[in-house]
Amino acid sequence: MMKIYLSMDSAAKALGSEEVAAALSAALEARGETAEVIRVGSRGMVWLEPLLEIDRGQGREAWGPVAPEDVAGILAGEVESLGPTEEIPFFARQTRLTFARCGVIDPLSLPDYEAHGGLAGLRRAATMTGEAIIDEMKTSGLRGRGGAGFPTGIKWDTVRMAHADQKYIVCNADEGDSGTFADRMIMEGDPFCLIEGMAIAGLCTGATKGYVYTRSEYPDAVAVMREAIIRARAAGVLGDDVLGSGRAFDMEVRVGAGAYVCGEETSLLNSLEGKRGVVRAKPPLPALEGFLGKPTVVNNVISLATVPVIFEKGAQHFADFGLGRSRGTIPVQIAGNVKHGGLFETAFGMSLGDLVEEIGGGTASGRPVKAVQIGGPLGAYFGREKFDTPFGYEEFDGQGGLIGHAGVVVFDDSADMLGMARFAMEFCAVESCGKCTPCRIGAVRGVETLDRIKQGDGAAVELLTDLCETMKDGSLCALGGFTPYPVMSALEAFPEEFGMAKEAAE
Amino acid sequence: MNPQPRAPQALPEVGEEEIRPLIDRNLHLEGPLLPMLHDIQAAFGHIPETAVPMLAAALNLGRAEVHGVISFYHDFRKAPAGRHVLKICRAEACQSMGGEAMAERLLAQLGLDWHGTSADGRVTVEPVYCLGLCACAPAAMLDETLMGRASEARLMAAVEGAE
Ligand SMILES: Cc1cc2nc3c(=O)[nH]c(=O)nc-3n(C[C@H](O)[C@H](O)[C@H](O)COP(=O)(O)O)c2cc1C
Ligand code: SF4
Ligand code: FES
Repeated sequence: MMKIYLSMDSAAKALGSEEVAAALSAALEARGETAEVIRVGSRGMVWLEPLLEIDRGQGREAWGPVAPEDVAGILAGEVESLGPTEEIPFFARQTRLTFARCGVIDPLSLPDYEAHGGLAGLRRAATMTGEAIIDEMKTSGLRGRGGAGFPTGIKWDTVRMAHADQKYIVCNADEGDSGTFADRMIMEGDPFCLIEGMAIAGLCTGATKGYVYTRSEYPDAVAVMREAIIRARAAGVLGDDVLGSGRAFDMEVRVGAGAYVCGEETSLLNSLEGKRGVVRAKPPLPALEGFLGKPTVVNNVISLATVPVIFEKGAQHFADFGLGRSRGTIPVQIAGNVKHGGLFETAFGMSLGDLVEEIGGGTASGRPVKAVQIGGPLGAYFGREKFDTPFGYEEFDGQGGLIGHAGVVVFDDSADMLGMARFAMEFCAVESCGKCTPCRIGAVRGVETLDRIKQGDGAAVELLTDLCETMKDGSLCALGGFTPYPVMSALEAFPEEFGMAKEAAE
Repeated sequence: MNPQPRAPQALPEVGEEEIRPLIDRNLHLEGPLLPMLHDIQAAFGHIPETAVPMLAAALNLGRAEVHGVISFYHDFRKAPAGRHVLKICRAEACQSMGGEAMAERLLAQLGLDWHGTSADGRVTVEPVYCLGLCACAPAAMLDETLMGRASEARLMAAVEGAE
């Protein structure tokens, strides 16, 4: 029978996939045709959403973006396709490890999941000692994908070695960075993968309970994750006896309430405990005193969802990809004013310029690219002169930037860089948890100072620079501490927009 | 933290007996306060003042502490919003696609400011910082319906189509 695949990722829905689904059933009925319609996650080619794929026995062929009125013609064979989905250049050039199943399988079918390599990693991990799991994690070279790039194996080992009656695995799914949607996509498109990764973390460290803390802005991800957990529990993947290992692990989803700072791990733990999401001073590390004071692994969704493939294919397979100390693959999210926006999973090492110009196809507006912001609202702006920077933690650091959660937001030449710098300060002021003065007050001063610069007060530039220094040095967490990145990078790359001569800034 | 939207009507009375089950059913959780607040807001569209002493008693907290938690989070309201809530993304990726100008034109058409509620109580417009739709910006969400590559015409039609 003909199989039809239609994305039900939030981005596809936001672009009309539900209307396409309705048109599809109507058109099938009108033609008296039967087909198996399978709702899937996204392949990540967001500019082609809603993406429709048909398999008539020769593999999946793609059409997109599909409007409801196109469906009848597609079924009748009157509309030319984009060709086999996996031969579309944006897709063909990827190395899909973490996202191998996303967009391919029915997200809530555990049999589909297993048929595509799912649970193989957990089965293998269940036969290993905690120590052996740590060794495998260290060999993989996996570093946290939430922002800081801390080695995941070392974090797990701290929790594993801690003595406590209860330990926790907390998945940080508070994805608040503009330009990022990898966590959302995997939770909606391959939720069992995250469950499997958390279960492996549990078996390794002796943690028996897990939480996924996500955002209220992600209602679909919440619903899919919750349903997947119910199904995993029913199948014995979660519960008192994980896959017959004799060891317990169970988990639930919690929803935040609209506070960016709750993505910071200690603020997240406070929020999970039902408190104000204020940042905690470290030490103690969450690995030793985390949720309810117990040893807790806090990892990003992508860090955890990458664990299953490491155990399925072996750590070395993963470590063989990458550049320098950045091992494996990274799901780069190409967003903003870009022609081919979406999720592009690739080995570390591709240059920023290739990602933006070749993969992303330049701007959506057709105008020249002016700058990109990498790593969310706390990430630096890079002008074109930095486009040869290869994607890697150390390489970005060396250019005064950061990878963060690997979101790349593209701006065309109409972007107002002073306005973007002002926005960074404004965002920091709105989202500050209020604990430290340089962040809480500094950000408000920053907005005022940028307004003065805009009105032509050249002396205010020095004030801004000093203020940024104070925020960097005196903030407890990266919200106050890294807001200077977008501000100062915009100033340094585009001094003339701040009323300065180009040389003066250098 | 946010200025409260002007309540279109007087605060509705919510009785303790309506709130009680929403507290009780979450009592077994570790860290139950946020789930309780979400359930209460889902039921009444805001966190009624009546709930505060009840939550404090159930969780052995001071009232001020409960108030502190409610006011910390942008999502929780002390008064109901309009019948529908339109959240428009103001973050960077949406700005790069003209989201800010779109939002301003829409607000002007509705005669509203951010956080404002239309006179007929139909809609409250709020800012949001990223909906995870950054590759199809600008983005917005009307109640739980997401919209990508949004325009003010499309948002206006969605608002007018909502009862
Ligand atoms: C203001 C702020 C927001 C953050 N938001 C997130 C987030 O949304 N998701 C995330 O995984 N990490 C976020 N982080 C980083 C976390 O504090 C932490 O480093 C991360 O969850 C660790 O997981 P990983 O090692 O797997 O990356 C944020 C940090 C700061 C300072
Ligand atoms: S830097 Fe800002 S957000 Fe971070 S702890 Fe200090 S006040 Fe809170
Ligand atoms: S920045 Fe608007 S949806 Fe992400």
